[in-house]
Amino acid sequence: MTATAPALLSPAASAIRAGRRRRGRRRAIGIAALSVLLVALIVAMLMLGRTIYPLGDVVAVLASQDVPGASFTVGTLRVPRVVAGVLAGIAFGIAGTTFQTMLRNPLASPDVIGITSGASAAAVFALVVLQASSGVTTLLALVIGVATAAAIALAARGGDSGGGRLILIGIGIGAMLDAVVSFLIQRASEWDVAAAMRWLTGSLNGARTEDLPPLAIAVVILAPLVLVLSRDLRALELGEASATALGVRTGRARLLLIVAAVALACFATATTGPIAFVAFLAGPIAARIVGSGSSLVVPAALVGACLVLGADLIGQFAFDTAFPVGVITGILGAPYLIVLLIRTSRHGGSS
Amino acid sequence: MTDQHTLSSRDLRAGYGGTTIVDGVDLTLPAGRISVIVGANACGKSTLLKTLSRLIPATSGQVLLDGERIDRLPTKQLARTLGLLPQQPIAPEGIAVADLVGRGRHPHQKLFRSWTAEDDRAVADALETTGVSELADRAVDELSGGQRQRVWIAMALAQETDVLLLDEPTTFLDLAHQVEVLDLLTDLNRSRGTTIAMVLHDINLAARYADHLFAMRAGRLVATGAPRDVVTADLVREVFGLESDVIPDPVSGSPLILPRGRHHTTAVREPADHSGARA
Repeated sequence: MTATAPALLSPAASAIRAGRRRRGRRRAIGIAALSVLLVALIVAMLMLGRTIYPLGDVVAVLASQDVPGASFTVGTLRVPRVVAGVLAGIAFGIAGTTFQTMLRNPLASPDVIGITSGASAAAVFALVVLQASSGVTTLLALVIGVATAAAIALAARGGDSGGGRLILIGIGIGAMLDAVVSFLIQRASEWDVAAAMRWLTGSLNGARTEDLPPLAIAVVILAPLVLVLSRDLRALELGEASATALGVRTGRARLLLIVAAVALACFATATTGPIAFVAFLAGPIAARIVGSGSSLVVPAALVGACLVLGADLIGQFAFDTAFPVGVITGILGAPYLIVLLIRTSRHGGSS
Repeated sequence: MTDQHTLSSRDLRAGYGGTTIVDGVDLTLPAGRISVIVGANACGKSTLLKTLSRLIPATSGQVLLDGERIDRLPTKQLARTLGLLPQQPIAPEGIAVADLVGRGRHPHQKLFRSWTAEDDRAVADALETTGVSELADRAVDELSGGQRQRVWIAMALAQETDVLLLDEPTTFLDLAHQVEVLDLLTDLNRSRGTTIAMVLHDINLAARYADHLFAMRAGRLVATGAPRDVVTADLVREVFGLESDVIPDPVSGSPLILPRGRHHTTAVREPADHSGARA
């Protein structure tokens, strides 16, 4: 990254640098490819639908020109859907990889250990029982999501550092909270199936521009925060002792990262519902693409956004009936979860 | 050669959840030498090392680096002087050796100017010193236990601290690799002047490789000094509760402990205690 002349480096140091650059190149190519894919998915989402608009119309609408028909369909219906999907994907992706890296366990993502279930239950409660506004709904989802995380951490205290116990407790608490969601949805008989599906599996249907600011603000503030902390996160990945030895203030770094990750997951859940397994899948897929050893925050955010948009496209157009995005990500994620659980039971605790 | 730094403790107490495990330890690690902390299981030697390296807080007393309390020093500044290799460090899945060793550079890096040629040099030096240069681009997962321990030591070296603490660096290694690691640390001490302190399980290897021994029993130091001055049958009885003969090691001349169990002790016991007075 610096402009030091290579001649100043010893052959050994040059070899180290060459290896580092080689791995850096793979990472750069991976990130670039993911970015291109994301742009392609965004364009596809905007063009496709009951009416297919040509790219020119889409660009015109985005440039605030008035295109009859397209202005409403693309501008009012499709843009909020895409923005919601991208923001939720980024938020879930960062939240998931932060948890997985910090706890060194791919099972430890906020959607597996019940945190998004807590946020979802709170959102449904706010909407059904309190008939609250979207601001209050988001706030309650955040508070309950943080409380769920705290409850899980408290119940798992004294467990192994790999988080085996935390994960089992989290899965249990998550199942309880999912039951709460189902119960509340049963009670809310006036709801249509689509709205109910959003809080069960996550959906982009009915995304409205006015519901997006809380999530957008959260992503704009918290994603850079996690990025800044990602160096500490990489030290924490080596274990508490090594991180301390490397000069990381582990307690503070851990707390900030957990709060940021939980908040991202909760804001996304309050907006789109708990889109199944995006947080869980984004990090491991990102690691496959860019290689391990460097920070996964940016690649996981991109993978998360691509997963949400890709799954939503499949859900909308691949079958006779349209499925919400969470059904598709759920089908993608479930086999991976099973593989990990089998691996975990074989290795005993952490995989 | 590195600067000489002095790590010491004053009436140090530490423990977990109300149980005192280190109970009033005063010590000073001799600068530029190799110190080894020995003692029976659960005597507090590992807890002492963890407290010295600020992994666990002192419940009373102080740990001082050049006279300053380590809990008051900025953590990053401290991490540039005091390094630690914990007992069971964890490597991220799939990470390359050079990348893992590079993480030792953390306290030297700034937020937005993260990697410099100086970091490449430090990583290359660390890999060369530990003899794992040719493994630089391999994944840590693929290495043998001995190779992996060298990589972890390389990471601690890349941190370029003048004081290095190691918590049982030879556990899980076979005898050949134990000797290899201890030779490596001795090289490091002699070439860079690094002050080294470690916990070792094997008292005979400790007596051979230590310039200075700290023997612990029940959370307290019971003997400190050069191995030849302090290792006696009496000390072994006091620290390990074990009857033994102590003879000069025919290889190194350092004290060698020959345990006397209930079986296979047919030789007549030597009457004289050869190794002189305790410190």
